[in-house]
Amino acid sequence: MSYTRVDFQTDQEVRWCPGCGDYTILAAVQNFMAGLDIERENVVFVSGIGCAARFPYYMNTYGMHSIHGRAPAIATGVAIANPRLSVWVVGGDGDLLSIGGNHLIHALRRNVDLTILLFNNQIYGLTKGQYSPTSEPGKATKSSPAGSLDYPFNPVSLAIGAEATFVARTLDMDRNHTTSMLKAAHQHRGSSLIEIYQNCNVFNDKAFIALTGKQERRENRINLVHGEPIVFGADREKAVVWEEGRAVIVNRASVDPSRIIVHNAHAEDASQAFALSRLAHGPYGPTPLGIFRDVYRPVYDDALEDQVTRSKAARGNGDLGKLLTSLGTWTVE
Amino acid sequence: MDNENHTTGSAEPHLGAPEDAGGVRVDTQDRMVIRFAGDSGDGMQLAGNRFTDAAAIFGNDLATLPTFPAEIRAPAGTLPGVSSFQIQIADWDILTPGGEPGVLVAMNPAALMVHLEDVREGGILLINEEAFDERNLYKAGFESNPLDDGTLAGFDVHLVPMETLTKAAVKGSGVSGRAVLRSKNFLALGLLLWMFGRETEVTARWVEKKFAKMEAVKNANLAALKAGYNYGITTESFSRQIEVRPASLPPGTYTNVNGNTALAWGLIAGSQLSGLPLFYASYPITPASDILHELARRQNFGVKTFQAEDEIAAAGVALGAAFTGALAVTGTSGPGLSLKGETISLAMTTELPMIIVDVQRGGPSTGLPTKPEQSDLFLAVWGRHGESPLPVVAASSPSDAFESAVEACRIALKYMTPVILLSDGYIATAAEPWRLPDLAGLPRFEVPFAAGPNAGDRFLPYLRNMETMARQWAVPGMPGLEHRIGGIEKEETTGNISYDPENHQLMTDIRAWKVANIANDIPEIEVDDPDGADLLVLSWGSTSSAIRAGVGNARNEGIEVAHARIRYLSPFPANMPTVLSSYKQVLIPEMNNGQLSRLVKAEFVTPVISLNKVTGVPFTAQEIAAKIMELAGR
Ligand code: SF4
Repeated sequence: MSYTRVDFQTDQEVRWCPGCGDYTILAAVQNFMAGLDIERENVVFVSGIGCAARFPYYMNTYGMHSIHGRAPAIATGVAIANPRLSVWVVGGDGDLLSIGGNHLIHALRRNVDLTILLFNNQIYGLTKGQYSPTSEPGKATKSSPAGSLDYPFNPVSLAIGAEATFVARTLDMDRNHTTSMLKAAHQHRGSSLIEIYQNCNVFNDKAFIALTGKQERRENRINLVHGEPIVFGADREKAVVWEEGRAVIVNRASVDPSRIIVHNAHAEDASQAFALSRLAHGPYGPTPLGIFRDVYRPVYDDALEDQVTRSKAARGNGDLGKLLTSLGTWTVE
Repeated sequence: MDNENHTTGSAEPHLGAPEDAGGVRVDTQDRMVIRFAGDSGDGMQLAGNRFTDAAAIFGNDLATLPTFPAEIRAPAGTLPGVSSFQIQIADWDILTPGGEPGVLVAMNPAALMVHLEDVREGGILLINEEAFDERNLYKAGFESNPLDDGTLAGFDVHLVPMETLTKAAVKGSGVSGRAVLRSKNFLALGLLLWMFGRETEVTARWVEKKFAKMEAVKNANLAALKAGYNYGITTESFSRQIEVRPASLPPGTYTNVNGNTALAWGLIAGSQLSGLPLFYASYPITPASDILHELARRQNFGVKTFQAEDEIAAAGVALGAAFTGALAVTGTSGPGLSLKGETISLAMTTELPMIIVDVQRGGPSTGLPTKPEQSDLFLAVWGRHGESPLPVVAASSPSDAFESAVEACRIALKYMTPVILLSDGYIATAAEPWRLPDLAGLPRFEVPFAAGPNAGDRFLPYLRNMETMARQWAVPGMPGLEHRIGGIEKEETTGNISYDPENHQLMTDIRAWKVANIANDIPEIEVDDPDGADLLVLSWGSTSSAIRAGVGNARNEGIEVAHARIRYLSPFPANMPTVLSSYKQVLIPEMNNGQLSRLVKAEFVTPVISLNKVTGVPFTAQEIAAKIMELAGR
């Protein structure tokens, strides 16, 4: 069956603020889905609570708009109950990193077959503008008039630390890049996390200007491409090299080309991916985008299904009558 | 006085006429309470369970009560480290594990200190005398040695050198060092089997199977078991054996089962009766974890278990599985039920079938984690935000946990609703003979799966069966039925988001009506009332057995009293108003501060007399009987 974007649209009016970055992400996902070779009935979107979490209502697939923070847990149940489904989680930074942080890290380490889209706008939008776990330190908001005292998460570092097997970062404004990340994440079996920088034009406008501004984007976007040396800048004049055990940015001309790090997203060891994630703690200057890590590890839902299959093969289909007598019986005449 | 009486017998346990058996008297008794007590490392639970099996296979009726220390690693020899196992065996239909033991096995001074006061006058004490050294006496808080200071006067005391005997017995078995003494529980067990005239075969077979892969341990345990038995035969110190004859139970095949196991099996039965795979998500918590353990071993039944990162996740994962078409269950105890509340409300409003098992324990907070209580009833019935009614079913005994679990599954699936299934710490670990049900006779469940689009070519997820008010269940993978559900109020029929005031009123009413209507689909309560009494005792949960026994005691005293047990606590069975109005007085004993009492008062506007206790120890039949007598003016 072949679909078009329309097949994935619902009759529900999309209710995000005009100009919100969520619109472009929705369009990218609907287009991407239409190009896939999976049936619509085998796709499930699960979300928590927040602006982003309205997403399932706009996707004509199976979907659940659930509880603040709990989407990774609920989606885990969906994926494990039926490993043949394509299961997607959508949530914002408050949803997935604050109230749902625990479920997120455990879903990642288990490697359940989920694709998690983390819409990071660095603010609470639905509740009208409080600082979030990714807001910059000192951010003045309604709940932090004197400036936020929280130190933010770096979601990519967090995911790598949580033993994620696929971690990428993209931007709402760049539809092509978003689509290529969706494609790679979808092809990855196991849990995938894509951090999507998403502009909240109402409560945190231009948070990502360092990566979206006409001039800034040329200077600051570090495109990670597997197998290629990491160079960037308006004239590709910057490079990333190892220095004292850290990945650092240098002038390309100042180093021998052999010293420039060649990106390896498939390295078993997560050290390099983690080091690259530390190049920027927030989108305020040069910031890596692309796939940080993409490795294979046994997938939880497949492995559990496999245990069940092997158990049935080894012991035969369970016989309840036999089970009830398995502790020993006696007969009263 | 002991706490439960043969309904046709006298109030006092009678000693049968002693018979002579080669110098050893045989006392025939209609029942006997035996308690094994020792350090948590002394293997008392194992000894108790093996004795239970031997008694069950012999044909006694029985009831058991294991008591664990709350802390796994309480220091050896101390009072908090004492672990015990009580069993009552009888030649008639026994209902409780009994009160005052007639036999106490005490493996150390701490065990004696904790349990001596319970032993009935003239009771038999089997004491591991070699554990009574100065250090252990001090740790147990004895100022002088009770074995020779007159403390034990009036008891039938047997000091057994268990350690020396065990060491001698296991020589040559291959175990060495400290492991040698681990077999002393089998020595004590062997002696007890002799005392009750039971052979060691049943136990020996179990040892051979259990320790098949540990040759040395197997041999040591078998040798100790035999040595204990022979010690009974050969020592002069024992002048009597006790006989408790087989009970006359209804015909059938029996097994001996505890409540957590029976409940797990009931869930598997629910899976087979519905044709849906069982999915059990849980976070380890006492006393519910054994349900997870039992189900984790049953993958060949198609069961998937999931150990979640926390209680909330366990509920969420189960809800996800419910959305995906599994028979989804999450299990916990009180604190976990609090955490799961938000998810249960979502299951309620999305109208997905799900079972939430709460094996209640003493609360609030960590409370008494290894002790039973019935104090989560309010939480189960009302403990959620918003108008969130749902069915609550309570098991009343280990074997009843099977049927209650089956019922919870049936109701959840037929009505597309979460159901809370209550058990408690007593039911969870206690064991009793269970007459196996006729599996083929159990009716298969109706599951309201959507067959296809239900409104032209569209699928409306909240279109209902007008009889049950259940919506149709369309699960991912079914083509053409793609739909979205969620926590925001749903528009009737379409399920789309709706903030319309009238719609919210309507949906709230429908959800409440749907649950209330289940009253017409559950059995009416049956009242046991042979004499046309004025007083009705209502019970629910694990106290039901003691209450039934206490009612029996009172009747033996000539008091007319009726008893009814309620399994369905929300909604109540349809005949509740009629039943309540047929009695002048209603007594409700509970292990809480009056939760069912308040529910009944509120719902039926009727006076109720409460009998409450939260000591972590189940009611005894005598406590119930005493209250009934008091109400009868005796
Ligand atoms: S508040 Fe911000 S994130 Fe939410 S919909 Fe509006 S623009 Fe988008």
